[in-house]
Amino acid sequence: SNPFEVKVNRQKFDILGRKTKNDVGLPGVSRSKAIKKRNQTLLKEYKEREKTNVFKDKRFGEYNTKITPEEKMIRRFTLERQQNYGKKNIYNLNEDEELTHYGQSLAEIEKLNDIVDSDSDTEERGTLSAELTAAHFGGGGGLLRKKVSSEQQDEEEEKPKSRKELIEEMIAKSKQEKQERQTQRESALELTEKLDKDWKEIQTLIARKAPKSERKDKEVEKPKPDEYDMIVRELGFEMKAKPSERLKTEEELAKEEQARLQKLEADRLRRMRGIDEQADKRRPSHMSADDLADGFILDKDDRRLLSYKDGKINIENEEEKEEEEGEEEEEEEGEEEDNNNEEESQEESASEDEEDDAADSHSDLESDLESEEEAAGNKEEKKHKAIENESQHVEKLDPKSEAGKSELPYTFAVPESYETFKSLLAGRTIEQQLIILERVQKCNHPSLAVGNKAKLEKLFGFLLEYIGELAALDLPELRTIDKLVLPLYNLCQMFPEAASDSIKFILRDAAHDLEEVIEVKGRATFPGLDTLIYLKIISLLFPTSDFWHPVVTPAFMYMSQLLTKCRITTLQDVIKGLFICCLFLEYVSLSRRFVPELINFLLGILHISLPKKQAQGYTVVHPFTPVGKNLELLFVCDKEDLKSWEKQNVPLSIVTRLKETSRTEINHIRLSCLALCFDLIKKCAALYESLPSFHEIMHPVRILLTQHVPVNEYPEKMQEWYHSALKELENKVKHYTPLICEKKKPVPLKQYTPKIVKVLEFGRKQAGSKKEQERKQLIQRHKRELKGAIREIRKDNQFLARMQLSEIMERDSARKRKVKELLGSLATQEGEWKAMKRKKWKS
Amino acid sequence: QLPTGLYKKVLVILHDSVLPYMNEPTLMMDFLTVAYGIGGAISLLALNGLFILIHKHNLEYPDFYKKLYNLLDPSIYHVKYRARFFHLTDLFLSSSHLPAYLVAAFIKRLARLALTAPPEALLMIIPFICNLFRRHPACSVLVHRPGGPADMSEDPYVMEEEEPSESRALESSLWEIQSLQNHYHPDVAKAAAVLNQFLSEMEDDISGLLELSAYELFDKEVKKKAVDVPLEFEQVRGLFGKKNDIFAEHFSLD
Repeated sequence: SNPFEVKVNRQKFDILGRKTKNDVGLPGVSRSKAIKKRNQTLLKEYKEREKTNVFKDKRFGEYNTKITPEEKMIRRFTLERQQNYGKKNIYNLNEDEELTHYGQSLAEIEKLNDIVDSDSDTEERGTLSAELTAAHFGGGGGLLRKKVSSEQQDEEEEKPKSRKELIEEMIAKSKQEKQERQTQRESALELTEKLDKDWKEIQTLIARKAPKSERKDKEVEKPKPDEYDMIVRELGFEMKAKPSERLKTEEELAKEEQARLQKLEADRLRRMRGIDEQADKRRPSHMSADDLADGFILDKDDRRLLSYKDGKINIENEEEKEEEEGEEEEEEEGEEEDNNNEEESQEESASEDEEDDAADSHSDLESDLESEEEAAGNKEEKKHKAIENESQHVEKLDPKSEAGKSELPYTFAVPESYETFKSLLAGRTIEQQLIILERVQKCNHPSLAVGNKAKLEKLFGFLLEYIGELAALDLPELRTIDKLVLPLYNLCQMFPEAASDSIKFILRDAAHDLEEVIEVKGRATFPGLDTLIYLKIISLLFPTSDFWHPVVTPAFMYMSQLLTKCRITTLQDVIKGLFICCLFLEYVSLSRRFVPELINFLLGILHISLPKKQAQGYTVVHPFTPVGKNLELLFVCDKEDLKSWEKQNVPLSIVTRLKETSRTEINHIRLSCLALCFDLIKKCAALYESLPSFHEIMHPVRILLTQHVPVNEYPEKMQEWYHSALKELENKVKHYTPLICEKKKPVPLKQYTPKIVKVLEFGRKQAGSKKEQERKQLIQRHKRELKGAIREIRKDNQFLARMQLSEIMERDSARKRKVKELLGSLATQEGEWKAMKRKKWKS
Repeated sequence: QLPTGLYKKVLVILHDSVLPYMNEPTLMMDFLTVAYGIGGAISLLALNGLFILIHKHNLEYPDFYKKLYNLLDPSIYHVKYRARFFHLTDLFLSSSHLPAYLVAAFIKRLARLALTAPPEALLMIIPFICNLFRRHPACSVLVHRPGGPADMSEDPYVMEEEEPSESRALESSLWEIQSLQNHYHPDVAKAAAVLNQFLSEMEDDISGLLELSAYELFDKEVKKKAVDVPLEFEQVRGLFGKKNDIFAEHFSLD
């Protein structure tokens, strides 16, 4: 632009790397822009300030920024159509508007319906056919000539053909050509497909064989030493591999197992402390009996192959462990099913090992040229064998162990729905159910077919639901559940994600129900035994000591809600509450985390075991009340019952129905609950003794125990429980050290040497946390906006003042002009009049 | 003079649908004072009306803080009007002219009571206490006492004392919060661990935490996506098959 219009803000110092926005400006241009804008907006407003008529823009969505332009156009179009509809079109039936796309009629495009194929049409695309060019560019003469040349031989007699006919003919021809091309293309496609299919059939064969043949070729090419090498290696392999397997004594096995457990434990501890080390590799999943053919982790295979490639013969520890473990588990299984079969199973596994070895050596020979794919294939093959072996093994075991029992089929499909699952297990004994589940798992191992993983994941959900149903029965089949936990555990080890999802789903349902009940009734009741069993199962399947765990933490929350929200009105409620207390204790037994609800609840339980009187020195919190009708729920005053009481385990089936109707038995259960409560207090005390405010936490409990509990009336056994609990509480030393904050990093003294900071982005303050930075930014932006707004307003006012001034000036000048005119005309009148007068005078 | 239910109903709506429309709101003074003296939930509710009288109508209330202090008992974390109560308490304690001993007493008492609180209340009260520390830096001896005695046999704070000035709160330390660092809920443990360090300048915003419900907490946890799910490595042996299983001692599977 014009250099005279440019204004440059000169800077005193040049700073490298700094970019400033405002070093060059065009004041004239920007001013004229601003004035123009004001003319369009402010001036308009100013001029229309006393007008009441308004111009309304009724175009659809003109000022609606939410609608995209395309949509706007479409809506306007439809509106237009709607307005026109029914007015003119009554007599005009055929007037369909032609739809277009990029200027081409859609109807035509549809008619042509030829697909542009990549390889067939490209050659012809560019070059037009001779006929076409002739027809199009040759003019009328061309057409005629064309006709002469092509149709000479057959249609000589019909010489004078009209131009129209000629064109039609041409069109027909081109169409025919097109069709021919299309059929050709289709046939080619078919052929390629067929070829592909054939190739696929052959491929599997070739994949196996090709490397071998290549290898042979190489051998032929290479001189003898290689062969010798091979033999040496083979021999070495055989010599060393076997001893290394045999050397595994029981002790070594135990040691390995111990090392593995130690590692897992260390992992657990790390998670318990909540130190998040994302970089830490994923935890090795536990290998269960069924995991012998754990094949879907390809990394492992890779590693092994590499070690073979180097010609090292030692088998990797992991694999061994895996096998060993498999053996072990198998043994366990064997023990479970039949003790006598142990030897057999070992033989079995030994043979299996041999086979594995064979496969391994085979792969070793081939290893030079092995591709990963092939390795996977090999592994797969091996797996198949292993599983076959296993199933054989099972088959061998089974007939012996249950010769007399009804026969079970050996293969099962994974049930698709819960109903089929139930019908599968219906009417079987516990052992049979277990075997069925085991076989379902084995027959549908994820390595056997693609969809099996999803199926087995579903199976976990079904099993869980089944367990819930068993627990919710009127007479809960807890023994069955006790056994069913095993397959559940195995499935969970295989599919942790799916398992956690389905358990979370159950938890969410339960919590949702609870919340609903609270909203409707204002108070909640304890859930059924099934939920309690689920909570217990969670502690079996997942590590409860983690700082955060996707399943365990929600479970904690849920249990906390149960203990604080649910009313205690019956003896069953007390038992359920105590069950949850036990769960809490079990959950935190390793991590020693503090659970306030637990202490509150135990205090409340103790409170309701006391005779009615004013509570002193302690306060009970929700759901217990210091006064009310549900007091004395656990209070026993019958001397006889007190005497005859024996500590017994509380049967869980009581929770669903209280079958003992006699007073004595109910009293006995009450006393058992009380004993349980004492024991839990003792355990709590042992657990929390390291907490700095242990005494404050236990203060109410201790007061209640020492001052209010009628110890002397209790039977002797109960007194033992009581005293052991009290002892655990009392013998803790009081130990307080004043708190001291962690040391801050010392703030260094201010120095004169420049502070060197890595600048990531110029013109931005780096210091401070993200939140503070954001705040600063906001403040700054606000300031800037405020300044800008003030400036704008000032300029607006100036503009308006200018306008007003110019208006006034205009008005004034107009008036002056008019006055002048008037005066002028008056003067001329006067002059005329005077002249007349003079004339008169003269005449 | 009214039945409890009616009292509650009246007090719940008093501050926003009665007081603003009265010509002489000070006439409610006696009623509110009596209600405040009753104790329990009614006192908590009367607080709101009283606050308006004190704030807008120059009511002088002797021993206001002492009474407020004595309102704090274990049930405050469990009652329905928790959010309202703590909102007001936050207002009352926001004055920077309060003596340090008073604030310290409040802090100590709140922390002591927090030992029985459910997690949703804990998540609210810990930032609340942090805010108190920020407003009253003199109280920071509660969490940071470098030159104190190495070992004490007793917590100097007297919980039973009704007079905040006699409670010796300033001689004590916040062991309760230290205990809560071992809380089972990860967020609570994290929040409590904040007091291990020196606090930042900015106050936490607790308005969002006041209404927190247990179900919301649960929902939040359930919806978290986990990268991987750690598993128990100990082989199960049955429902009650763990080592030293508490259940096996007390429950039977019949």
